[in-house]
Amino acid sequence: MVEWTEQERNIITSIFSSLDYDDVGPKALSRCLIVYPWTQRYFASFGNLYNADAIKTNPNIQAHGTRVLHGLDRAVKNMDNIKDTYAELSVLHSEKLHVDPDNFRLLADCLTIVIAAKMGSGFTPEMQATFQKFLAVVVSALGRQYH
Amino acid sequence: MSLTAKNKDTVRTFWAKVSSNAEAIGADALSRMLVVYPQTKTYFSHWKDLSPGSSPVKKHGATVMAGVADAVAKIDNLTAGLLNLSELHAFTLRVDPANFKVLSHNILVVLAIMFPSDFTPEVHVAMDKFLSAVALALSEKYR
Repeated sequence: MVEWTEQERNIITSIFSSLDYDDVGPKALSRCLIVYPWTQRYFASFGNLYNADAIKTNPNIQAHGTRVLHGLDRAVKNMDNIKDTYAELSVLHSEKLHVDPDNFRLLADCLTIVIAAKMGSGFTPEMQATFQKFLAVVVSALGRQYH
Repeated sequence: MSLTAKNKDTVRTFWAKVSSNAEAIGADALSRMLVVYPQTKTYFSHWKDLSPGSSPVKKHGATVMAGVADAVAKIDNLTAGLLNLSELHAFTLRVDPANFKVLSHNILVVLAIMFPSDFTPEVHVAMDKFLSAVALALSEKYR
């Protein structure tokens, strides 16, 4: 059972309430596809991903990035039960989407970088630790139902 | 995943831009590592103060980034160029090589914080590959 202090809860809700999902989501996903190009394997039907510029301007990637970020909302609202909150999504990613769960970690790292760039020095070491702890719990929950 | 000519150019160009801040980058990256990955503190039990921005952290951050600067200069042959540093890490310091990845991640976070518009995805991938190559060169003499 993951324990959260009051301070950690406040940090997570404050980071997410400051986000423009339509900006951060697409930025994180496109960065992931550029920095870890093998992740493109899951987006073969999305159209032109031939180079960094194509990825950054691809409307399907942008829409999907926003969608993924909104998916994190569920964890923010249910921090005491992220494992159960994502059980269904975990099954989906395993059984239907066949996503290697290591990719969740890669996307989480890219999201951290995008948030860091956005918040600048406001993204203190304590905030980084809390944010990475939150993402680690999410990543673990998403991989939980794989078999 | 070796460095292409384009990767090397990107690294050299970006490094030229940020190198004057090397000490600040090192200090912040090390500070973050010690807070976000507390297990890394085990290597510094001989320091009086492990808090972010403390004097030993700042000094060591500068040392680490001097090594990174050296690696940029030797980017065409990191294994040969970083041989002495590899021996130091392998035989004297005996840092678990998994920690190279941890520090690299924190360096990337600091670069994103300090240079948000320059640290594009293209620069990010080149720097990530570069730091991985440095880590590999540092691991050379381990076994």
